[in-house]
Amino acid sequence: MNGRILRTIAVKDLKEVRQNRAAWIPALVVPLILVILLPLGIILAPSLMQSMSPLTAPSELVGMMRERIPALAAELAGLNERQTWVVLMTGYFFAPFILIFPLMFSTIVASESFAGERERKTIEALLYTPASDGELFLGKMLAAFVPAVALTWISFLVYGVVVNAAGWSVMGRIWFPPASWWPLMLWVTPAVAVLGVAATVIISARVRTFMEAYQMSASLVLLVLVLVAGQITGVLYLSPSVALAVGLVLWLIDGVLIGLGVRTFRREALLLQ
Amino acid sequence: MVPVIETESLSRSFGPVRAVDGLTFQVYEGEVFGLLGPNGAGKTTTVQLLNGVLRPSGGKARVLGLDVVRDGCRLRQRTGVLTETPSLYERLTARENLALFGALYGIPEPDLSYRVARMLEEFGLADRADDRVGEFSKGMKQRLTLARALLHKPPLLFLDEPTAGLDPEAARQVTEMIARLSHREGRTVFLCTHNLNEAQRLCDRVAVMDRGRLLALGTLEELSRTLWPGLQVEIGLQAPPTEAAIAALRRLLGVSDIRGEPLCLQVSVSGEDMVPAVVETLVREGARILRVAPRQPSLEEIYFAIRGEHPAVAQG
Repeated sequence: MNGRILRTIAVKDLKEVRQNRAAWIPALVVPLILVILLPLGIILAPSLMQSMSPLTAPSELVGMMRERIPALAAELAGLNERQTWVVLMTGYFFAPFILIFPLMFSTIVASESFAGERERKTIEALLYTPASDGELFLGKMLAAFVPAVALTWISFLVYGVVVNAAGWSVMGRIWFPPASWWPLMLWVTPAVAVLGVAATVIISARVRTFMEAYQMSASLVLLVLVLVAGQITGVLYLSPSVALAVGLVLWLIDGVLIGLGVRTFRREALLLQ
Repeated sequence: MVPVIETESLSRSFGPVRAVDGLTFQVYEGEVFGLLGPNGAGKTTTVQLLNGVLRPSGGKARVLGLDVVRDGCRLRQRTGVLTETPSLYERLTARENLALFGALYGIPEPDLSYRVARMLEEFGLADRADDRVGEFSKGMKQRLTLARALLHKPPLLFLDEPTAGLDPEAARQVTEMIARLSHREGRTVFLCTHNLNEAQRLCDRVAVMDRGRLLALGTLEELSRTLWPGLQVEIGLQAPPTEAAIAALRRLLGVSDIRGEPLCLQVSVSGEDMVPAVVETLVREGARILRVAPRQPSLEEIYFAIRGEHPAVAQG
């Protein structure tokens, strides 16, 4: 593997995506809503709306969550009702939402990189270069994976700052992120990013345009919504050990999909599609 | 002569269709080799096979001493390809496009920006170097594509329909560049085209291909001799010849074909020694001759004769 070729392909793809507003505007708008506006709303709305002030987490909901998830009950122990609201909403319910980011970022770049390049008929010149099939595949994977993980971590950082700053008057300390977020960010989000790229590669091999590829791969968000539903209903708690297990399953699926992707990614196949 | 391309029964099928069917030929160092044929003849597939981008279904090929199947990456390092569609990244600038391909072709980092700037200068694109390629005219895109193919100084160039869709001025610029590359810089050029005038101006040898098969191969003279053995003589007349004069010519031993227009006959004879007899016969039959000159058939005539679409074949 030639590192310079991988880097060149990845940088080229990123430059191209940067020029495609249809690709990156949603990638900025969604995080803006989810990591800034949503937590601000959750934390500040109770203080701003007199009718609801002082809003506290509905005691029934908290009671149910404590009952179903003993680990969460331990985390919430000793918190007053207002603090419980902040921790439960921004530290617990929101956690699976962060998994949308690596999925969204990776599928945008990968769709653009594979199906988009074929759609614009630029792939042929690339196939005539000395880059091997493996280098082309990995270069394009890198182009989607690196920004997906980087943007997710930046979003996480911004979210942490917003939650701690807006919640300072309630919590009186820097409390975010709780321990359960670290395996989620360091282990699960890269796995989700790879899942997005690998699935998009396979989907891109079967469709002709960027939009088709993007729309089909966007259906992967359903997986995340399952986790969100599990977390909200208390069926699944993304504790560190559960996150490690979910990550492991995802990495195994990634391995299978990458294997399939490598088989799909043949110079000749790209030329003939 | 050193062969840079050698193929033996090279074939490629797509399902039931044989796009390339048993090609055997050699291309020698420093020559401009033209592969002629209509759309769908298999020219582009041949270029793809010779660069290791497609795998052959049968036969074998060596390019620059390398096996096209086993050594594809090393081979592509030493070839430059001008693709039929420009395949340029239109959202990137001309400079970014060249820098990208320069890096992929392994041009060392310290030389890359200098080499890119030089190519942009050489191809008349320096003043638009930092504009997006999407804003370029078709001729500019074609020049940039040619610059991309030459950036890494490949000894062998594949040019697939280099002037297709260009206006006459842009086409002439590209043709002149190709002539310069071959004759002044000594590169081997493999030119796929259906533009016969372009091929006649540029090519040392041509191969005619149709439906995947090679119909003929050689220099213009060789192909002409194969089709019309002997000598072609063009005879300019003051007035159209009489039927008796034509009949008398046909009766001459050594005259194989008579074509042309009423005031300009094209007569195929067995050799130079037949020319006095032809002239004498015409004069005897009352024709007034203005000029007599040996004639080289154009590539266009040769091409259509090979493809069986010329009356000469029926007569000859």
